[in-house]
Amino acid sequence: MTGQGAPVGPLDGIRVIEWTDEKGTYAGKLLADAGADVVKIESPSGDPTRLYEPFVGDESNSERSLWFWHYNTNKSGITLDLEQERGRELFRELVASADAVVESQPPGRMAELGIDYADLSPSNRPLIWVAITPFGREAPRAHEHSTDLTLLAGGGPAWSCGYDDHSLPPVRGGGNQGYQTGCHYAVMSLLVALVHRDISGTGQFIDVNMHAASNVTTEAGSYEWLVANETVQRQTGRHAAVNPTQASQVQCADGVWVNTGLPRRQNQFQVVYDWLELEGLLEKCESAPILLAAAQGPPFQTSQIALDDEVRAKFMAGRDAMTVLADNLNGYDYFTGGQERGFQLGIIYAPEDVMEDPHFIERGFVVELDHPELDASYRYPGAPYRFEKTPWRLDQPAPALGADNEAVYGALGHGDELDALRERGVI
Amino acid sequence: MAGDSVDVSGTDVGTGSGRAALSHLRICDFTGQLAGAGATKFLAAFGAEVIRIEDPTNEGRWDILRGGRPYVDERRGIELGGSFNNHNVEKLGVTLNLRKQSARDALTKLIAVSDVVTENFSAGVMGRLGFGYERLKEIRPDIIYVSNCGFGHSGPYENYKTWGPIVQAISGLTFSSALPDQPSAGWGYSYMDHTGAYYMAIAILMAIHHRQRTGEGQHVDMASTEAAAALNGPALLDYTVNGRPLRREGMPSSNRNQFPAMAPHGIYPAEGEDAWVAIACRDDGDWAAIGTAIGEPWTGEARFATLDGRLDGQNEIDDFVAGWTRQRTPHATAELLQAAGVPSSAVQTPQQRVDEDPNTSGWGLWPTVKHPEMGDVRVDGMPVHLSETDWSIKRGAPVLGQHNEQVLGGLLGMSSEEIEQMRVEGAI
Repeated sequence: MTGQGAPVGPLDGIRVIEWTDEKGTYAGKLLADAGADVVKIESPSGDPTRLYEPFVGDESNSERSLWFWHYNTNKSGITLDLEQERGRELFRELVASADAVVESQPPGRMAELGIDYADLSPSNRPLIWVAITPFGREAPRAHEHSTDLTLLAGGGPAWSCGYDDHSLPPVRGGGNQGYQTGCHYAVMSLLVALVHRDISGTGQFIDVNMHAASNVTTEAGSYEWLVANETVQRQTGRHAAVNPTQASQVQCADGVWVNTGLPRRQNQFQVVYDWLELEGLLEKCESAPILLAAAQGPPFQTSQIALDDEVRAKFMAGRDAMTVLADNLNGYDYFTGGQERGFQLGIIYAPEDVMEDPHFIERGFVVELDHPELDASYRYPGAPYRFEKTPWRLDQPAPALGADNEAVYGALGHGDELDALRERGVI
Repeated sequence: MAGDSVDVSGTDVGTGSGRAALSHLRICDFTGQLAGAGATKFLAAFGAEVIRIEDPTNEGRWDILRGGRPYVDERRGIELGGSFNNHNVEKLGVTLNLRKQSARDALTKLIAVSDVVTENFSAGVMGRLGFGYERLKEIRPDIIYVSNCGFGHSGPYENYKTWGPIVQAISGLTFSSALPDQPSAGWGYSYMDHTGAYYMAIAILMAIHHRQRTGEGQHVDMASTEAAAALNGPALLDYTVNGRPLRREGMPSSNRNQFPAMAPHGIYPAEGEDAWVAIACRDDGDWAAIGTAIGEPWTGEARFATLDGRLDGQNEIDDFVAGWTRQRTPHATAELLQAAGVPSSAVQTPQQRVDEDPNTSGWGLWPTVKHPEMGDVRVDGMPVHLSETDWSIKRGAPVLGQHNEQVLGGLLGMSSEEIEQMRVEGAI
């Protein structure tokens, strides 16, 4: 809870009822971390994602899932059985108290239960309703089964991701990006509707199609086909392309890989030469004389590489020099040394490396969050954006099962009935 | 938005329905490429008046995509870039050479009637142009200023340069996309240019909502490396809480699923050239269904009946599955398994998902825009539909200075003589 007068997030005062599965829960996190009052509904037995790995100390327990912790920060948690009519009555009351609903139930399910947007909006015109489904609510493939893997396979990203060697399968990138891409569009669209509602007073229904979301998140994969009927081909560690490009990842002395940059402008050839000299590597670089000639000779454009053998030789010398530097420096030193000299290159960090990096730490990306129930605190990933006046915040860990039943149902005037509701399995 | 909307009637195709959600908002837009331009494209599709500022002295090349591939035909040139068109539909374009006082004056007037200023330059560029945040606030005290920069506007790497693949490398996303015993596959495209743009759009809209309630503007400093790092998900907590890094023996193994564990789970070879199919067996029920659908003896082996057994034997199972999937096309396998209730999908080629998938074309996902030079071109649409104020994408990206008259004259009230004078002195 924020104290009196403390700055609040941009969505302070906006109440969202979330009834999602693994596909939609990230949308609720994005809203909750921006200050919205997100009330997550779980069945009385608990959301299945409470039993997703990894667990704190590898101890399988519904309160120790780090998957659940990650995706449910700052949310309130209540239990509710929507299969019971009493449960649906309470849901209607909850929705009447809310600005928005975010759900990722299978198409048709909300209508079957009689608690869909069409049922609840006539008496609540400002209501915003976001339905996140794999293929859209009424699409031809609406009832297909899917996971993050199959969405990224069908939606385009996997086609572009993999290796030069096409006997290796395409790769599904890590971190549930198929789901998260759908959730990004869910939040963007909800905010459009909210900004519109601020002015007009009316809400609306939003149909989010996760398959379509991946389809428009493939860069050239889509528009090479849309515009020119060309097909990109996957390449190791770099953009899938219609025409093959040069390798871009180099392995450094400590085994760490770096996505490398190359000298292109004439003055950069001198910079690389000086860097080799500083590191005592001139003798290891056979191309050093060409570098120097490139730096101090007549002007040239690396764009002429295909037309001019001499320019090509200079360009290749630059590439050779960067490889010598990478071979002899550790990944971090190659990354920072290159960037300090104006080369656009990036160390290929594992996710954990980010949490130890001085830049991320200094900017406050690594956030310590108290877990009083375990008498501990843990480091979490922090803000994706820094609002000057309405800061992103991490105030509370994910809720324990039913942690906010009393507060939420009490505020609806049902404080007296809680025991009875529990007994009947409604909450 | 102060002042009337820019009148583009008679000069372009229309901007869509009159019920646009964001038609009350004007964005003074310095963004480029995809990481920035993608954000204002989303807002423009919902009716925001996005006025793109370009530099006439270099033909707008601070956006390196201008003039870049793909192309509709054999013509080449600064107005013919397919990716630039894709990312800048529904925007207006003006040219301003900010080395000239008259252009700086015009920009000052434009900022005064804009709700938001957006940019994705390197840190410090807006200040050097003379329009840093402090100056923007002088011009309009409640301005919203959203910057999207690789490493943000502070910290040890503030001046480091990035583009999509660098952002993905630094954040862990490149690393976590790999097969065992192989280097990182990365994403094969700038996933974080798209996704950085999504976060930028979210930031802009949240700041607008806050201003609509309180009257208060603000700066949002967005660093796409931070947006990216947060996307690693539970793997980060596995490290901070359990001390288990992803950089370990046999990992990452991206086509398998760790959270929660599933087996079999992967992308398998299929009949056809470079043809592949994804299969995810979520639980014992899916496994039984797979067994019925495939009907080969290995599916009935007792040791594979439980998740633990399948995880122990997953290399072996993968070989069995691949032996079966090789005999049929990706779509045939997916259809058979879907009918059995099991998640499966072809790894669709661009042609298959764009031209042959009713779930994209039927959605209206690939709208055709009219571009002054390129003609009719298909672009990426939006994967959402809003019941009251849906998006509309009809107009192609602006050619250089296409809306100079409407913006400088119609919106800012400059006379045709003043505009002509600016042209003569190279200010537009």
